[in-house]
Amino acid sequence: MRSMRVFGAAAAMALTMPAMVSTANAYELVIPSLDYRTGPYAPNGIPFANGYYDYLTMLNERDGGIEGVKIKIVQCETAYNTKQGVECYEKTKNTEPSRALVYQPLSTGITYQIIPKASVDKIPVHSMGYGRTSAANGKVFEWIFNFPATYWDQAAVFLKYIGEKEGGMDKLKGKKIALVYHNSAYGKEPIRTLEKAAEKFGYQLQLLAVDHPGQEQKATWLQIRRERPDWVLMWGWGVMNQVAIKEASSIRYPMDHFLGVWWSGSENDVLPAGEGAHGYLSGAFHAPGDGFPAHDAIKKHVYDKNKGAGDHGRIGEVLYNRGLIAAVYASEAIRNAMAIHKTKDITPEMVRDGYENLDLTEARLTELGLPGFTIPVKITCANHAGPRKVAIQQWDAKAKKWSFVSEFYDTMRDIVDPLIEEDSTGFAKENSITPRDC
Amino acid sequence: MIYREAGQFKTSYFADQAILPVLQDRVFVFAVLAAAFLAVPWFINDYWVNAIFLPFLAYAMAALGLNLLTGYCGQVSLGTGGFMAVGAFAAFKLVTLFPELNFVLVILLSGLITALVGVIFGIPSLRIKGFYLAVATLAAQFFLVWMFNKVGWFFNYNATGQITMPPLEVFGNLVTGPRASPAARYLFCLSFVVVFALVAKNIVRGRVGRAWMAIRDMDIAAELIGIRPLGAKLSAFATSSFYVGMAGALYFAVWLGSAEPIEAFGIEQSFLVLFMIIIGGLGSILGSFLGAAFMVLMPIVLKNFMVDALGVEVVTAKHVEITLMGVLIVFFLIVEPHGLARLWQILKEKLRLWPFPY
Repeated sequence: MRSMRVFGAAAAMALTMPAMVSTANAYELVIPSLDYRTGPYAPNGIPFANGYYDYLTMLNERDGGIEGVKIKIVQCETAYNTKQGVECYEKTKNTEPSRALVYQPLSTGITYQIIPKASVDKIPVHSMGYGRTSAANGKVFEWIFNFPATYWDQAAVFLKYIGEKEGGMDKLKGKKIALVYHNSAYGKEPIRTLEKAAEKFGYQLQLLAVDHPGQEQKATWLQIRRERPDWVLMWGWGVMNQVAIKEASSIRYPMDHFLGVWWSGSENDVLPAGEGAHGYLSGAFHAPGDGFPAHDAIKKHVYDKNKGAGDHGRIGEVLYNRGLIAAVYASEAIRNAMAIHKTKDITPEMVRDGYENLDLTEARLTELGLPGFTIPVKITCANHAGPRKVAIQQWDAKAKKWSFVSEFYDTMRDIVDPLIEEDSTGFAKENSITPRDC
Repeated sequence: MIYREAGQFKTSYFADQAILPVLQDRVFVFAVLAAAFLAVPWFINDYWVNAIFLPFLAYAMAALGLNLLTGYCGQVSLGTGGFMAVGAFAAFKLVTLFPELNFVLVILLSGLITALVGVIFGIPSLRIKGFYLAVATLAAQFFLVWMFNKVGWFFNYNATGQITMPPLEVFGNLVTGPRASPAARYLFCLSFVVVFALVAKNIVRGRVGRAWMAIRDMDIAAELIGIRPLGAKLSAFATSSFYVGMAGALYFAVWLGSAEPIEAFGIEQSFLVLFMIIIGGLGSILGSFLGAAFMVLMPIVLKNFMVDALGVEVVTAKHVEITLMGVLIVFFLIVEPHGLARLWQILKEKLRLWPFPY
């Protein structure tokens, strides 16, 4: 009796399964897109998914795919939920004909879940600036990439920026810095780095957790109002961002001392607070806006043919551009894999080689229609985090625009590198992995 | 016609007390068990095990546990997520502190530890009832999850508060970690669930179960006929938490492999399991399974049907799925307020009279 329902379901699924198997005989490049357009994280999930989808569609429409091989995008809705993410991963990983070539789940929780699985299934995962920080160590994490920078680099860069504004790193001594974070693996990522740096620079760190989904933050901001920290850092996502920025403006916290991670710095996050958000800062690794030739190509080849994933007017938003650059990295890695293995029938294993030898120079970015859009990226066998540079952008509420207010800072290698080493060797030991030589 | 018990005579007390007195039922259940143990492992793959069988088995175990407490003893609990967390963290700590401990023992010990915690949080049930007790167990839910998130010792002081299960073997077969074969993980969970479902069925048929039901139906009357509320209620909390703890350990160790307390064991879990037993049938062992199957499989079936067979856009399918789930729950509760298990029973009664109902 117990399994009767299971078999009932099995029958229903058996009916639906054949539709999953592609009937096309030409080779296609399968790129799964685990997006979330529902739930409390949808405001951030939607623009990213649109950018990712649109760029790949543009390649299909303009060039007939990558080097003439069509891209097959397989969408799966995760709702930013790890269990549904795992279901999506299992469902899409063996999609014919190429199997899933790369996963970019846009969720630290899902990334943690699929790191061990993908390593066994031999599918590369690119957690672009999120996920497990110590995946930067390519010797241990053969299949995982997290360039162009990690959370820990970002925390270090924020301290550099604060030091610069305060007039020198020595001025950090005695300052109070608060971290408002999403109470999950994602939000907790920077804590250790900030604690280590606090020992070195002598500032006082205050940790304020916000529980999922983050709609209720009155108590958090009351505490900030009382303690008046000199700087507030934020690791937020989804609805939490908007609420935090609104609360900060309602207690009149100086916005130019409020610095969000690059997942807390898009139009969706600041617009609800209106004028109050003016001057809010966030991390960034690529330019905002739709003034690049690549955007024109998307408008011409995708939106003019009515194949766009989103709204025409929202092309060029920060998270749209982030989805776009994620797709650029994926397609360049695949192109690279084709060059290395001299074949067009690409498999996930080959894409991993493509990622590991990725060298995206400024000249190549210009060719792709993205001159000056982001920093060049060069990946090696040992370094899966790439350049590890972060810039700061600021919101102008009157012009409704983000703009860079700093150059790209280097991370603090003396603080971050030992932490990466420690965490990745811990992982290697737990999972009995022998680090590669490189 | 096929389902008829005429001619099946019981000639001994033993036959009279059988769990499945009707021959057809016995045949059916053994066929299902044989299929589950012998046939399923042959075709099971990563998708089936991760998306369907393991969630179903883990939640069925949790629903069984909650059903013992809420369905049989009448004590409403909203702390299931918290108790599952206790089981999961107990398993994690046991495995990391004593790596050579047998994994079967780890699951059982996790259940026992959870039972202890359950008894502590069950003490208020002696004074408060109904909604008030629900609120008290809600406190357990929030406190436990908060504690596992806050106290570093529980997650071995790692940077993110995530707990990850190291690969473990049972009788030479890996059952946890990414390299474990789908069949091994499935059979491991299935064995636990089958054995403990049988145990639960027998508990509720015996003295203890009858005491629970007496308390559920009217506690004052139960006291008057000599049932101690203290013993009955606390034993219900202990047994229920034992099951829920094992469910939490299986859920974390075998199915997910890694978990963070707030997402994996949040209040949503408590509600989900409570809905399972309400849909499946309060006070029914079969109901726990039917409810778990309904809540776990229905969304996936709906999604796959809409996206793959009908070609509906992924987002639209998700919205329709959420709506349809709600509609289906309401529908089934209107059709049969006593849950799917009662529906099954009615079906059997109808079958008995078919094709000549009177």
